[in-house]
Amino acid sequence: MPNVHFGNGQPTTREQEIVEQFLLEPERATHALSERVLVGGPRRATGIRHLLLPGLWALQDSVGWVSPGGLKALCDSLGVPLAEAYGVATFYELLQSEPPPEVLIRQCDDITCMLFSSGNLGVEGSRVGSSCLGQCDSSAAAVVQRPGHGTAIVTESVGASTPVVAAPAGARLLRRIFNGGATTIADYRSVGGYTALEVAIEIGSSGVLGAIQQSGLRGRGGAAFPTGAKWLAVADSLSSTKYVIANADESEPGTFKDRVLMEQDPFALIEALTIAGLTVGADCGWIYIRGEYTLSYARIKSAISEAHSTGFLGADVAGSGRPFDIEVRRGGGAYVCGEETALLQSIEGYRGEPRSKPPYPTSDGLFGQPTLINNVETLVNVLEILHQGPAEWRSVGSAESPGTRLFCLSGHVARPGVYEHPMGTTLGRVLSDAGGVAAGSELQMILLGGAAGGFVSPEQLHVELSFEGARSAGLSLGSGAIVVFDASVDLPKVVARVAKFFANESCGKCVPCRIGTQRQMEIVAGRSGGLRVLDDLDQVMTDSSICGLGQAASSLVRSARNLGVI
Amino acid sequence: MIDGIEVDAKAGATIRSAAETVGIEIPTLCWARNLNPANACRLCVVEVEGTRPLVASCSRTVEDQMVITTNSARVRENRRSVLELLASAVELDWAESELVAHFVEYEARSDHFDGTKLEEASKIHDDLFAREYSRCVLCYRCVDACGDQAQHTFAIAIAGRGFESRVSTEFDVRLPDSACVYCGNCIAVCPTGALTPLTEFVMRTESTWVQERQVVTHTVCAFCGVGCNLELHVQDDNIVKVTSPSDHDISLGNLCIKGRFGWQHLD
Repeated sequence: MPNVHFGNGQPTTREQEIVEQFLLEPERATHALSERVLVGGPRRATGIRHLLLPGLWALQDSVGWVSPGGLKALCDSLGVPLAEAYGVATFYELLQSEPPPEVLIRQCDDITCMLFSSGNLGVEGSRVGSSCLGQCDSSAAAVVQRPGHGTAIVTESVGASTPVVAAPAGARLLRRIFNGGATTIADYRSVGGYTALEVAIEIGSSGVLGAIQQSGLRGRGGAAFPTGAKWLAVADSLSSTKYVIANADESEPGTFKDRVLMEQDPFALIEALTIAGLTVGADCGWIYIRGEYTLSYARIKSAISEAHSTGFLGADVAGSGRPFDIEVRRGGGAYVCGEETALLQSIEGYRGEPRSKPPYPTSDGLFGQPTLINNVETLVNVLEILHQGPAEWRSVGSAESPGTRLFCLSGHVARPGVYEHPMGTTLGRVLSDAGGVAAGSELQMILLGGAAGGFVSPEQLHVELSFEGARSAGLSLGSGAIVVFDASVDLPKVVARVAKFFANESCGKCVPCRIGTQRQMEIVAGRSGGLRVLDDLDQVMTDSSICGLGQAASSLVRSARNLGVI
Repeated sequence: MIDGIEVDAKAGATIRSAAETVGIEIPTLCWARNLNPANACRLCVVEVEGTRPLVASCSRTVEDQMVITTNSARVRENRRSVLELLASAVELDWAESELVAHFVEYEARSDHFDGTKLEEASKIHDDLFAREYSRCVLCYRCVDACGDQAQHTFAIAIAGRGFESRVSTEFDVRLPDSACVYCGNCIAVCPTGALTPLTEFVMRTESTWVQERQVVTHTVCAFCGVGCNLELHVQDDNIVKVTSPSDHDISLGNLCIKGRFGWQHLD
């Protein structure tokens, strides 16, 4: 036990109760004593520090902030130094470390929501701006935090139709959602749910690994890493403790597909993660859901408990004789935690600062153990691969980019929503299938891939949306975000908003990103310097930042300069 | 292979240390001999064949057949930008001489990037420490020294995010109200003068701190039997600061409050 200082702030009776109750929740007690914590790797796994973030959330949602007394009570129980816990609490946007107003409204003013002059969304209170909340299909949106009433999302469709879920060329990933979604296990079973798990148990680990490798599936989170290679690396490692993680910290501006999947088809993610666990030899899976996705969190939690009571999770998964369990973590509002090693730090109860790679998570991941981390959409594809067989699955899409892809259309598009298209569909086709540009206006520009993506001009609508198609046009599919801007949009303002996004979301660990994103924001907003130093910033952020956030932080500014937007 | 020289490195060695064995010096800022690499400043970046971004040589371990370039034009441009970014945000006029030398070596201009500076009032809450976070480069050294790499006191951590990140106690409480035990091991590792003993701080602000007039005398601390080595910095016959050699195998640069601050009884 380190020489820990527990501070002078005294918890209120209510705060003391919250912390005690939080630790008494059945899942907490089991976790503190579970095998995972006892043998789950070196120093970090020996304590219950990984309960820090959920504990901070318990305080935030009950009393509206993390007060000195509340933090002391929590640190006392978890054995975490106060200064470190304060550092963790202040890392996250959604955790308040100052006395809160009665109603705190974090209203999205990011690239999609900024296009619509939104009203007050029917709530009154203290307003602050916010990065994209992933509600772009029905923007405007805000997070509302009230002491005692937790955290909630409010949205209001401004000048657009209700959100669409569509698959013009045939649905695979969106199949169940098309038929009204499946939020109970009975519904899920009735549309063929858990048959992929049956296949996986029947063909065994090597069968599943073979199928995924043959499918050629590549990660849908943005980096396009071959999924089969990742699974194989974790499966092949000799460690007795391994983990699988679903990265559901979807935070790329303009992106909301994973939210739609989790809200309307939560069992699909749970089934896929279970298959991943059984295949690579992990007994424990984690789903890390971005903090703003309150409905996703509730649906996933309820689905996990149903899967438990029906034997699809637990000591003997679906009669396989193998144990598998899932723990859900709620992010605290930090884009960088979508970076896989920052996500690991966040789960472990530390600040979400990326680790140096290598070593990669596949060998040194959660609590130092081999860990498989996949994006939600990537995992849900595994079900389809097992249903159809890899040959049939890769019959759509291109050789290098097999399968379908979910695209998130928002902004000045006639029918915003999530669209499933075969990889390689042209951007023009994707746009026209969403009804084209919203009535009465003309296309000026498209932002492809989110804040870390690039602009596409109306002359480039023939670009094929596959990994190689985008690459050859100097673009990136990124997270699948497609934000449409009509002629009325002041594009330099969009660029300035993206620059502000990166400055707000930089974790602050490395110099190129911490100071570079700040300088880029100042220059693009016209507050200092000239455009002449943007090249130097671009180089140092792209070359020398630790993680993908900093390495991509200048991508849109570069793209805007190439197209003469700024 | 580092800069064309075949290097036979130990498994687990970092690129920086492997380069050092053949006399290639790579500039560092957040790295310190007595701490684990924090991998934060990115001044030590080098090119590794087959890797698109540059890699931090302080923390990346060597691999068989790795081809490394430590001083290409691209590497030098990136190092220069890192230095220029730092100079645009923080005051570096009290920084250690190595950092000043890097500015010369890489032809870095402190006015290249213009913008908001880190402005923070000095924090002086007692007779021993002065903290000036307007000089802080967030190298993580003080946090690591206070935490599990030396002192295990955990009085300070990084709080906030991005450009607003600061080294802080919980809720920014004053140092005497925090877990601080005044060992001063944070001061010992600070490379920029953001943390100084109050004696040094006062002399520097009064412009009476003259490094050239100082003599360093080595001795052994007499307070207990551990045997920590002391370096007494003496200017005009007065002790102005006490440090401990970071490469000494007993103290590794660390001291306690008595060794570092309890010299008033000496002649």
